[in-house]
Amino acid sequence: MWSTAPSMAAVPEVTAVDGYVHSVETAGTVDGPGVRFVVFLAGCRLTCLYCHNPDTQKLGGGRLLSSRALLQEIAEYKPYLMHTHGGVTVSGGEPLVQPAFVEAVFQGCKELGLHTALDTSGFLGARASDALLDATDLVLLDIKSGLPGLYQRVTGVPLQPTLEFARRLEARKQPVWVRFVLVPGLTDGEDNIRAVARIVAKLKNVERVEVLPFHKMGEHKWEEMGMEYKLKETPSPTKEQLECADAIFRAEGVVTASAG
Amino acid sequence: MTRQDHESAALADDEQTWGKGNTPEVSWAGFTAGPWQHEIDVRDFIQRNVTPYIGDHKFLAGATKATKALWNRVMELRKEEYEKGGVLDADTSVPSDLLSHGAGYIQPSLESIVGLQTDKPLKRAIMPTGGVKMVVDGLKAYGYKIDPAIQEIFGRYRKSHNQGVFDAYTSEMRAIRKSGIITGLPDAYGRGRIIGDYRRVALYGVDRLIAEREEQKDISDAARMSEEVIREREELSDQIRALKDLKVMASKYGYDISGPANTAQEAIQWLYFGYLGAIKEQNGAAMSLGRTSTFLDIYVERDLKAHRLTESEAQALFDQFVIKLRLVKFLRTPDYDALFSGDPTWVTESIGGMSSDGRTLVTKSSFRFLHTLDTLGPAPEPNLTVLWSHALPQGFKDFCALTSIRTSSIQYENDDLMRGFWGDDYGIACCVSPMRIGKQMQFFGARANLAKCMLYALNGGRDELTGEQIGPALEPISSDVLDYDEVIGHFLPMMDWLARTYVGALNVIHYMHDKYSYERLEMALHDKDVLRTLACGMAGLSVVADSLAAIKYAKVTAVRDERGLAQDFIIEGDPPRFGNNDERVDAIARWAMEAFMEKLKKIPAYRNAVHTQSILTITSNVVYGKKTGATPDGRKKGEPFAPGANPMSGRDFKGALASMSSVAKLDYRHAQDGISYTFSIVPSALGPVESDQIANLTGLLDTYFGLNPHSNGAQHINVNVLEREALLDAMEHPEKYPQLTIRVSGYAVNFVKLTREQQLDVVNRTFHGCCA
Repeated sequence: MWSTAPSMAAVPEVTAVDGYVHSVETAGTVDGPGVRFVVFLAGCRLTCLYCHNPDTQKLGGGRLLSSRALLQEIAEYKPYLMHTHGGVTVSGGEPLVQPAFVEAVFQGCKELGLHTALDTSGFLGARASDALLDATDLVLLDIKSGLPGLYQRVTGVPLQPTLEFARRLEARKQPVWVRFVLVPGLTDGEDNIRAVARIVAKLKNVERVEVLPFHKMGEHKWEEMGMEYKLKETPSPTKEQLECADAIFRAEGVVTASAG
Repeated sequence: MTRQDHESAALADDEQTWGKGNTPEVSWAGFTAGPWQHEIDVRDFIQRNVTPYIGDHKFLAGATKATKALWNRVMELRKEEYEKGGVLDADTSVPSDLLSHGAGYIQPSLESIVGLQTDKPLKRAIMPTGGVKMVVDGLKAYGYKIDPAIQEIFGRYRKSHNQGVFDAYTSEMRAIRKSGIITGLPDAYGRGRIIGDYRRVALYGVDRLIAEREEQKDISDAARMSEEVIREREELSDQIRALKDLKVMASKYGYDISGPANTAQEAIQWLYFGYLGAIKEQNGAAMSLGRTSTFLDIYVERDLKAHRLTESEAQALFDQFVIKLRLVKFLRTPDYDALFSGDPTWVTESIGGMSSDGRTLVTKSSFRFLHTLDTLGPAPEPNLTVLWSHALPQGFKDFCALTSIRTSSIQYENDDLMRGFWGDDYGIACCVSPMRIGKQMQFFGARANLAKCMLYALNGGRDELTGEQIGPALEPISSDVLDYDEVIGHFLPMMDWLARTYVGALNVIHYMHDKYSYERLEMALHDKDVLRTLACGMAGLSVVADSLAAIKYAKVTAVRDERGLAQDFIIEGDPPRFGNNDERVDAIARWAMEAFMEKLKKIPAYRNAVHTQSILTITSNVVYGKKTGATPDGRKKGEPFAPGANPMSGRDFKGALASMSSVAKLDYRHAQDGISYTFSIVPSALGPVESDQIANLTGLLDTYFGLNPHSNGAQHINVNVLEREALLDAMEHPEKYPQLTIRVSGYAVNFVKLTREQQLDVVNRTFHGCCA
């Protein structure tokens, strides 16, 4: 019989805040370094055409959970996450829809000694307090497009707030990984890629740039929700298209992770 | 030969004695002396002579021209076999034993390791001592007809294991077999899962092994001629005869294996002859090889140092050895193959691990053995099993992960856990069953369907599909809404009945197997006195756990038919599901596993065997599901179970670490025959680039086996790194994927050989992906 008491990490005494959590992934490996506990929060103001988690867009969806209960669950995996040089990523949805919740979770993570990453579009960057950013080790900043008009078309919101947030992070010398999703026929125009590259080239705090190939693994979710998926006919980018994007970045002095 | 002679022999100058015959003086020259010279003790030899390797895989050489040519020839033969419907050729008139067939070759000019089961490659042999019916049906299915003389001999003059078992079975035992609450009992075929210490043939030569047995027979207690003593004397005589026959078998290939092996080539050849002898005599469900690569490495190292061998030649020896192991085939019925997906042989080879003194037992030959997946391409056999330790050299961990990512052909078992139970010279039989090599054997016991047992508890011992009274007519549960305590109260006595009938049937089977189909050669390659385990098993653990959790944490209403049998269940609420690291249901899974183990232990086992169990289904999770009605977890009638100890497909929604944690919490102490978990992940979910993928996979394995705060460590994991799309494509275009290998519970299979139903089961399993 399993009788020995588990030697779990103690859950820190941080004031609990409730948040709407869509789901968790205990072994994420694509949202920050190492193996990560990824929390997908519910709610997003963007309506990206290629969103692969449309079920997380609704504000107030998901399950109401206290930051304390979430931290308790995260603490279970501390040995795994430490051993693989991973940590905790809060994604979404858009985490900054619920900044107080994220702050409470990240402060708890820091007390547990865990690395924290915030996966955000930056649109609500102004809502991130300095305290929240102090508890954030890494920002995964999604720049959906470098051209204001196209950005608006892809996401339904303006580009400007993201740029302002990027500059704020730079001023704070906060480590950033920039992520850009290459969608054939939508975001793969040379001018668009170059515009993203130029934004990135100016930022001194960017440690890594990832060009992510568009995939349709979220398509069934759109259908299940009775929403129209506008990219039905869009293919995933080919290896050549990805290499071409890498080359445009390189021309602007930015080396992408995939180009290694 | 005296003790001093041996020691001086070991220290003698290598060059002077080289090549002068197979005697200990010559064969052991250059080895570090020790007790292994005076008594049969392969472990001691390894401990004193092993050269641990902590580097990376860059030293490895590719396949030689001869290897490639030979492998191409084998691929052609296999294609012919596939096109002929699964069997290329079969012997219909000569029952197989060590001496039944002459030498067989694939293409002699290309072979540096020789020996086939019959006189031709892929020609199936018949072994009627296990059961003549299996032989008749097996032949018939592929268009062959058994020689009437053989059928008469085994039907009339010589009883088989199968006949013996059915002579002694009770009507209850026949009934549990028929209803499918117990499936896969080795009552019509060879039990297998016995690993001879084939290394002894190479290290000592056969004469020394015969001499030891003669001596043991002389001192057996003839004064008190009890049944045990008579049996022992008969078995020892059979073993001696088998060893003598083994020498004759080798001589047909031009080898004299009376003395020990002199070179790496001879060591592999001698060892393989030992194994070949075993598979000529037994069509065991699993005919595993043991733990040979590090033993063989000692010979390879000695030859490399003396410049008698190059790296390329060393790799070629392992390639040639593995080609032979890939050719191992038995004649089996299509039913049997459907149950096990293709025709697996479980030539399991255990690789790596640590020594009790803290050194690693990883050698360059551990790499060479795994490297055959590259030189020859991926394949399900031999069943390559890495004994994983936190302390394994990083270079080896990385190479294993890389090989897994590229081939999906490796399974991993927790050496840090099992070393504490079985020491540092155990090997895995079949999928997950550990045993000390040459010192321990098991009585294979297939498995009981615990989910069906739970339904019997609800239905008063009546089968939910046929309505027949199979179990005892205990009071059925009559309330519509199921009450947890009431269900448990009915479940426990039903488990008692199942355990009693199940262990009873196994006792019958193994008594008869010893009597009519004794593994004389395999047991000759064990110590005289061995530890025996009665390896019971269980299927449906996650179904039971989820069902009981639903009854406890949600409202479950039984829907009964006109016979009063529960046929469906309505769940209201959101119960916890096994596989999400949710202690509420994980505790129930542990309870079910431990409760059944306790019940099994109460029933005395044949030959004082120690009771163990495995949580393993092979691929019979599909067949088990078919034979089981709807269950209170919401699983519909006929739907597959999860394989092994896996959570049910799609119910482990919190990702791999949560899923692994639930499984890791199942305590190995209560399932010492192994706990199987199959993990499938798409490559991109392991990380964006291969170097990330390797780091993350080794990290996951380290943590799964070692760092769970709730457990002593998990025991087993199969790793599949595959795109689901590739599997779907392979279903439509099997011809494009002849070598596509995937891991199922405990072993690997060719995906294209699975039935369509099994393929769909694999495709529908939880794939850990990269989005929520």
